[in-house]
Amino acid sequence: MNGEHFSPRLAARRRNGTIFKWLCFGATIFAIVMLVILLVDVTSDGLRWLSIDFLTRYPSRIPARAGIKSAILGTLWMMGLTASISFPLGVGAAIYLEEYAPANWFSRLLQTNIANLAGVPSIVYGILGLTVFVRFFGFQRSVLAGAATLSLLVLPVVIIASQEAIRAVPRSLREGAYGLGATRWQMIRHQVLPVAMPGILTGTILSLSRAIGETAPLIMIGALTFIAFPPTSPMSPFTVLPIQIFNWASRPQADFHDLAAAAIVVLLVILLAMNATAILLRNRLRKQL
Amino acid sequence: MSDHALETRDLSVFYGDTPAVKSITLTIPSRRVVAFIGPSGCGKSTFLRAFNRMNDLIPSARVTGEVLFRGLNLYDPTVDPVEVRRRIGMVFQKPNPFPKSIFDNVAFGLRINGFRGKLADKVEESLQQAALWDEVKDRLNDNALGLSGGQQQRLCIARALAVEPEIILMDEPASALDPIATGRIEDLIRVLRENYTIVIVTHNMQQAARVSDLTAFLYVGELIEYGETEQLFTNPREERTEQYITGRFG
Repeated sequence: MNGEHFSPRLAARRRNGTIFKWLCFGATIFAIVMLVILLVDVTSDGLRWLSIDFLTRYPSRIPARAGIKSAILGTLWMMGLTASISFPLGVGAAIYLEEYAPANWFSRLLQTNIANLAGVPSIVYGILGLTVFVRFFGFQRSVLAGAATLSLLVLPVVIIASQEAIRAVPRSLREGAYGLGATRWQMIRHQVLPVAMPGILTGTILSLSRAIGETAPLIMIGALTFIAFPPTSPMSPFTVLPIQIFNWASRPQADFHDLAAAAIVVLLVILLAMNATAILLRNRLRKQL
Repeated sequence: MSDHALETRDLSVFYGDTPAVKSITLTIPSRRVVAFIGPSGCGKSTFLRAFNRMNDLIPSARVTGEVLFRGLNLYDPTVDPVEVRRRIGMVFQKPNPFPKSIFDNVAFGLRINGFRGKLADKVEESLQQAALWDEVKDRLNDNALGLSGGQQQRLCIARALAVEPEIILMDEPASALDPIATGRIEDLIRVLRENYTIVIVTHNMQQAARVSDLTAFLYVGELIEYGETEQLFTNPREERTEQYITGRFG
């Protein structure tokens, strides 16, 4: 054996491996620790305001009487409408791009633009929403105008996530369906969509999680900050939790800062509930497959 | 009715500008088993997929020449490939059951083609025909992916039979299976032969010899020799056929 051609330095190589493992562990822990600090800080500030009354009262100038009923309902309306607009549009666009679009320059142009739209700052969508939905379509400062704006914001992400889910459906399934005399739409409807649906839902709910925290575009289109009644239709004026939080946090009184913290806790709970729903739904659909 | 199930005339298939199948003319008789053999990449699968217009699904593929089915050219502009694929069924190399229940796998083809009889009866009949019924009759609602590879492939055959094709194309149907499962597929082919025309692509020459009545040997996209299986394997006319079946290349 020509041992002199190698200097194995095994101890040093193993040590480097160990160092790298701990660096990666540190990176993981960093994100979690920050989240925990945030949660503890917010909860400790807001805890004394958290009560059923806080959830069922309307905003007030007096901190002890203030609540977030209109903001919670506004957020739920907003998410419901945004989901109902962006899901069919996003999945439809993804199906077109993956299954129907011919491979030409026009399809590539569409694809590139959708990817770029995903990176457009949300305030820009706010300006667009103000021009198009609030003024041109005459939706006024309604939940519908807000939901339409947020739908534009999340659409690129919904489309891209759905496309990826659709693309992951194996070719063998498509051929199996075609081989039995399925039309393209039958193949998509019965084989591709059921298999892709868990991925599509995950992408949609994650993008809604982004929309639920959006403030800037909604302020842009004129969401109100003080509303003493719940939205009753898509045309109602509205406020949402992040705007209520922003409003309280920007007031000078310390009590309002703590109210903002309490509202943040509620927002995070709604967010976690949405993500949990996404996971449950996905697991259930996977099991059916 | 003619005793020809399928006939190709000057059939060529190109991927882009590269020919994969070069001007093949041959006749496939009714209710016989025809095997296509040849080394990997010889164009046998591409040729097979031309029979039910599966190559239409590959954007770069182009077909010239004719495939006659009941006197009708399948590549005529008036022919709908969707209808072709119901009447000329296909079983693929790797078992590809849908990720649904066993029942729904068979029922899918019936539903999409507007089957008007009793669904459950037809599903049972198809599973019987594919020699799978006894193994699955108590778990029709279980997911088909829980079946063994051989059972999955017989399910795919049942699924194809359900839509009442006249011809069944099999693209190396046993290449992903163990010898016992392969044997069962081959037994099944021998039974199905009584009612269907079967075209099978295989790179297993013993399999071709065991199950087929006629064998075609393809090499780099050309039909080298086509004849009775026994004659082709014992007394080939072409030197290249002899070299291939005796294992000197391929």
